[in-house]
Amino acid sequence: MAEFKLGRMTLKSLFSKPATKLYPLEKPHFFEQTKGRVHLEPDSCRYCGLCASVCPTQALDVDRKALTWSIDRFRCIQCRSCIEACHEGALSMLNHYTDPAQERVVEVYEVSPQERQRREQAAAEKAAKAAKLKAEMAAKKKAEAEAKAAAEASGQE
Amino acid sequence: MATRTVMPFGPQHPVLPEPVHLDLVLEDERVVEAVPQVGFVHRGLEKLVEKRDYKHFVHVAERICGICSFGHSMGYSQAVERLMGIEVPERGQYLRVIWHELSRIHSHLLWLGLAADAMGFESLFMHTWRLREHVLDIFEKTAGGRVILSVCTPGGVFKDIENTELNAICGVLASLLEEYDQIANTFLMDDSVKNRLVGVGYLSKQDAINYGCVGPFGRASGIEMDVRMAGIDAYSKLYDFRPVVSTEGDCYARCKVRIEEVRQSIDIINEMVGRIPAGEVRVDVKGNPEEGSSAVMRVEQPRGEAFYYVRGNGTKFLDRFRVRTPTSANIPGMAGALAGCDLADVPNIILTIDPCISCTER
Repeated sequence: MAEFKLGRMTLKSLFSKPATKLYPLEKPHFFEQTKGRVHLEPDSCRYCGLCASVCPTQALDVDRKALTWSIDRFRCIQCRSCIEACHEGALSMLNHYTDPAQERVVEVYEVSPQERQRREQAAAEKAAKAAKLKAEMAAKKKAEAEAKAAAEASGQE
Repeated sequence: MATRTVMPFGPQHPVLPEPVHLDLVLEDERVVEAVPQVGFVHRGLEKLVEKRDYKHFVHVAERICGICSFGHSMGYSQAVERLMGIEVPERGQYLRVIWHELSRIHSHLLWLGLAADAMGFESLFMHTWRLREHVLDIFEKTAGGRVILSVCTPGGVFKDIENTELNAICGVLASLLEEYDQIANTFLMDDSVKNRLVGVGYLSKQDAINYGCVGPFGRASGIEMDVRMAGIDAYSKLYDFRPVVSTEGDCYARCKVRIEEVRQSIDIINEMVGRIPAGEVRVDVKGNPEEGSSAVMRVEQPRGEAFYYVRGNGTKFLDRFRVRTPTSANIPGMAGALAGCDLADVPNIILTIDPCISCTER
């Protein structure tokens, strides 16, 4: 009979805690590995755009000049392709899900003002260095050309 | 002679998780003929292969089915690996088998729960699904997702499982087995369950062969066929593998085969965990499949044999991807098993083939 075959299990569950959770009163338990949402450390990112190029759902958008990284949470399928592709280790997977939303919002991550200033300074220094090098090269070239012309003139004489 | 009536069954029916329509030709309460019709959830996933990078397409292949999602990603990845001549590291192969067998356990537990629900045995249904939750927890702990794991890729697997974690999985499965035995005992020995299953929806071995039945449905009719016998990748490392076969050919036999297959899968996982080698889990896949190259792959999904075909054209997009899922092979057998049954047994018989209509229509 049915009650005897499943009796032990049924009796046990009568006196034990429910197997279900009263969500949202009781918070769900997530594991360390749970694929919740993609997270970016804006200051570690180089904004190279590799993550956006490997994203199978085109959920990511990277602006290299403005130093912004944006994600459409509704498109993202948490496949980890971007995290695998990132050389800088700037991307990671958090183990809690995105909160439900009523409208589609693209989340934009921006580099911090200090980091932006540092990067702009570094870029300016690099540009100045390059310009200086270019000027030096041009001066050297000019001097060489003048020397050559002088040598040719003296040869003719 | 009684007059014949045609009764529509589905596509919306309480017993069906997915839409399939049947025209049941009845003589009084007896089904004379069943004419199935599918095509309600076609999504055109095969065509999408022409628009997606072959490495990205694994995420689409995974979404062919929500239950055997890992099996589909594995089948697609193995087909692409064959196409490009890639050798997956051994540890990656072993991990794939472990995840695949876990998904078989979860699929069969899901089916057992649905079968109990179809019979009206609610408490059995809830207990079965409570056990299934432990397997889903293992998935979430190891791969990060409960249903869509996104862990398989051409060249191997994205994630490694630590050996201590693997041993913990074996521990969970051992404790699950204790409760599972009670559930299995109820399915196989309980009178109310037996009354609904024994002798219902009989399909002889010859009929099953003629209809081309696969998986537990075919094995319950005595077809000794399981793709795992072919020893593809890490399955070749098993000491011994014999498919679970029953000769009764009725709904009870199908239930029995699935119940035994869960135990078999737990044994396979234990064996794999005991012998898993150390090393890499993935190799980098570079380049594109050559033009004109093609490959086929077969995978034993929880519902039966799935067949994959891929063809390359020299670009990063594949020329063709074709998948034949077990349910499309089993639908003719289901119509055969329905002929001659009582109208009240129709939901039970449909469920015993474990239909996955989304798989079939892709």
